[in-house]
Amino acid sequence: MSTRSVALRVRATECVGMYTLLRVQRGPIDPGLPGQFFMLRAEGLLLPRPMSLCTAAAGELGFLIDPIGTGTETLARLRRGDEVAVLGPLGHGFPLDATRPVLVGGGIGIAPLPYLSETLGRPPALLGFRSDAHAVAAELVPQADVVIDPVRVTEPLADLLVASPEATPLACGPEPMLEAVARLASHAWLAHEAPMACGYGACYGCVVPIDGELKRLCLEGPTVRASRLYEHCGDALSPAQARTAPEAGVAA
Amino acid sequence: MTRILNASGCLDALAVPEVARSLDVFVTKTVTPLPRAGNDPVRIAEADVGMLNSIGLANPGIDAFVRDHLPRIEALGVVLWVSVGGFSAEGFAHCCAILDAHASIEAIELNVSCPNVTAPADEASSIVAAARAATSKPLYAKLSPALPDITAVARAAEHAGADGLSLTNTLRGLVLDRGTLEPILATATGGLSGPALRPVALAAVYACAQASDLPIVGMGGVETGEHALALVAAGASDVALGTVLFADPAAAERVRVELDASARRRGFASTDDAFRRAHGLASPRPNAPVGPQEEHGLLPIMATEPVSL
Repeated sequence: MSTRSVALRVRATECVGMYTLLRVQRGPIDPGLPGQFFMLRAEGLLLPRPMSLCTAAAGELGFLIDPIGTGTETLARLRRGDEVAVLGPLGHGFPLDATRPVLVGGGIGIAPLPYLSETLGRPPALLGFRSDAHAVAAELVPQADVVIDPVRVTEPLADLLVASPEATPLACGPEPMLEAVARLASHAWLAHEAPMACGYGACYGCVVPIDGELKRLCLEGPTVRASRLYEHCGDALSPAQARTAPEAGVAA
Repeated sequence: MTRILNASGCLDALAVPEVARSLDVFVTKTVTPLPRAGNDPVRIAEADVGMLNSIGLANPGIDAFVRDHLPRIEALGVVLWVSVGGFSAEGFAHCCAILDAHASIEAIELNVSCPNVTAPADEASSIVAAARAATSKPLYAKLSPALPDITAVARAAEHAGADGLSLTNTLRGLVLDRGTLEPILATATGGLSGPALRPVALAAVYACAQASDLPIVGMGGVETGEHALALVAAGASDVALGTVLFADPAAAERVRVELDASARRRGFASTDDAFRRAHGLASPRPNAPVGPQEEHGLLPIMATEPVSL
């Protein structure tokens, strides 16, 4: 694990629908595995913010940002030439040997999927968004089928799992979506999210229930097998039920 | 030499051994008599000029700590302090008695001031006295800056047998979600650390250095060598890093270099000179720890320009 942050220059910030793609020079930093994350800290922020790597173009690191708070707004306002301190890669990425991977993303949760898609050879992807404006970001993910709220991304996923029960969902999105994916497939891998101050196990702030006890997501995850996160995964709903259950996933 | 420690609860040496080794002393997260899962998430939030945490003393309990964690920490080769918590004087004493048998532990810090759990039922002085009876190791009492008169508690801790003070712990604070106006933390309030705590810690250290002869580990919002020098000037023998480690895991070596440069820039032969300057003293500081530092402490003050720390 890297424990030395590196000051990198911003190459550009681009609007991608409602989100911002922050493109930073890669410098000496290893992009790591898809699903791993970096801590990003800009001038004026006390704490860094955890961001999974979205794109890994040559010589560059790309982070997709939803500017919803002080930290993310500060990062989204960065301009070419600005400095950002980057620590990582941190945590554990998605398994790259999953059987018939299918990428599942909800809202800003699509962030790690472009890099994952490239690494896995562009497998099928199912993305859910809360509006057409947010769904513009689907252009970052090859082979993506898109649904817009109120359609749940778990609806096409349920159909896909009926046709291909061995397919492995690799998912990132809001908590209700992750739980709904877990109900459909206990073998799914879920990229969870939690507030983090450090990203390297020091602050104990990012705990989530894993294996029935509170564990630090930065060290255990952020990608975790669904059966470790949810007690009733894979056994509660048939695909047909998933289509009608009101709590079965959201298009964030 | 001013030693650089981590504030208890701000570093897991087993997760990042190289960060622990970059410190002069590694201080463990607080260990309690029984295991604690800690508070439910959300546990952290950034505030305007600091951050809140509400971890809730999550720890494996003293028995599992000694059995499973301590041997692995010992293998890292770091100078080790163990932070101890409890909910009665007996609880603190129980932990101290167990730790007393382990030669690898240089000192024990008594966390009598965590803002995220119900306050210990016993007074700090009775906790220190009970711990004193249970161990011969140096005991540092970590006090809250929210005490009405921190110097009275510091003196009481000294009379009860404390060997040093850790100043300070966090202050209770609240952050609301800016959209919903609901508390962000699951426990609503949490401990405020970071820059907002800096002047609070300085005041506590300054007051206790005048009221007590005990060496002080100063902590609260230290981000730079200038901040560390200010704490030393106020009366700290050593300085601990907390929130800054979250943003900069390499902060210890940076602050150490900056501290040295800040003292030299002012013409101080040693950091003791900063203490004398801040306290208007001509003689060596009364509570300098024994060792090589004392030799430097007798050197004449070389600074000629006024300083503002």
